Amino acid sequence: MPVFAPIGRAVLTLLAVAGRIALFTTGSVGHGLTPPFYLRLILRQMIDIGFYSLPVVGLTAIFTGMVLALQSFTGFSRFSAESAVPNIVVLSMTRELGPVLAGLMVAGRVGAAIAAEIGTMRVTEQIDALTTLSTNPFKYLVAPRLIAGTLMLPLLVVVADIIGVFGGYMVSVYKLGFNPTTYLRNTLDFLETLDVVSGLVKAGVFGFIVTLMGCYHGYRSKGGAQGVGAATTNAVVSASVLILLFNYIVTTLFFSQ
Amino acid sequence: MSAGGIPPKIQVRGLCKAFGPKQVLRGLDIEVARGSSLVVIGGSGSGKSVLIKSIIGLVAPDSGSIEIDGEEVTGLSPSERARVTRKFGMLFQGGALFDSLLVWENVAFGLIEAQRMKRAEAKERAIATLAQVGLGPDVGHLRPSELSGGMQKRVSLARAIATRPEIIFFDEPTTGLDPIMGSVIDGLISDCVKKLGATALSITHDMASARRIADHIAMIFEGRIIWHGPIADIDRSGNPYVEQFIHGKADGPIRMQVRA
Repeated sequence: MPVFAPIGRAVLTLLAVAGRIALFTTGSVGHGLTPPFYLRLILRQMIDIGFYSLPVVGLTAIFTGMVLALQSFTGFSRFSAESAVPNIVVLSMTRELGPVLAGLMVAGRVGAAIAAEIGTMRVTEQIDALTTLSTNPFKYLVAPRLIAGTLMLPLLVVVADIIGVFGGYMVSVYKLGFNPTTYLRNTLDFLETLDVVSGLVKAGVFGFIVTLMGCYHGYRSKGGAQGVGAATTNAVVSASVLILLFNYIVTTLFFSQ
Repeated sequence: MSAGGIPPKIQVRGLCKAFGPKQVLRGLDIEVARGSSLVVIGGSGSGKSVLIKSIIGLVAPDSGSIEIDGEEVTGLSPSERARVTRKFGMLFQGGALFDSLLVWENVAFGLIEAQRMKRAEAKERAIATLAQVGLGPDVGHLRPSELSGGMQKRVSLARAIATRPEIIFFDEPTTGLDPIMGSVIDGLISDCVKKLGATALSITHDMASARRIADHIAMIFEGRIIWHGPIADIDRSGNPYVEQFIHGKADGPIRMQVRA
């Protein structure tokens, strides 16, 4: 049956990859939760992933907030619902766009960097060298990045939420003629804790996904410069797709009673 | 097992390893006596690197036995494995220095991470070890990327010996160096190994280097040891494979493979 062979092969490859990622994940989490902990490395990764991502996440958030205000205003004016603009902006930012866009930007910035760094360490035998120096590469390289990514992305999203709402406020007040006080009151009155919390949970999940994909593809890279390049691409692409997939899953868990 | 009942430092028996369809090691036997220096020679793709990686534990063999100090080490649990790994030091072919760390942090890495030494004390030890390989304390504050290939090899050697390991592995120690620097590195290797009283296992295809650092030589071909003996006997081995290899002849029983 020549038709079924390629399908079967694709399914088997997919299952093998899923299995490898699952094993890598459980191994990493196991090592991340047991001592020794490398606090110095965790701190450095937190600065790398969190602090240095602030400009790109902030820029993304402010333009997103601005365009949200503009688009919802022009769209909603067709049926005289312009007053919903503050709610649309704040709900969209906190629930969806803050975490998803921050996740995607960090996937491009941090996921790629992690895959390139760990991939280069792999092909230059630095990971083997760690083992011969009695240091577990999962604890030394992977765990600090996973911990930092999972903790820092929610913080980045808090900042993104605030900047995004601010961007919407600027456009609404200075371009569309909203009353500043009313705008802010509408923003805060309709916001519920769950909106923000669900966004932050998403952010934590995305931070884990981005750093995990960076570490996984870097760790398994082989074959010199080309292999590291492929690992970097795969890390960013797989992290982006998984972010969108898990965005749906987490949204379902929170909001589809 | 020697007559006195003291087991050899490293004993490998019947080691087999395949990667997919490619059989790399086919029942390899080798023995390294305590305090001696064995050099394994062989062409590219003969299984030298896989042998050394199997002994260190970076590669899990398919079958066969590896004993360190008489203790079987294949199939050990991770924590027991870590205890055995503490006896090892390794000089990697490309140096494999951590480029995110300073030179002295590289040398002190095993002391700080594995032996939990204080940073200040480990730094002192690192500077002293750097001096042992002919590098001044100022080099300690450079990054590995700022050093030449020969200097990187020296730092890598310092890192391998800083923890005072009982067994040191050398993976192609002179590859990529000019002949003079190669000779210097060989001299340092011999000195350091003697000073530590360590056992050394090296792999190389550089015959000049092998003659300088070996007590014993073994030749690997197609995943088996086909000749071994004291370094003095290498020129009268009477083995056509060894003859072809040490004289670097294109014609002979060894045919080079194109694929890895």
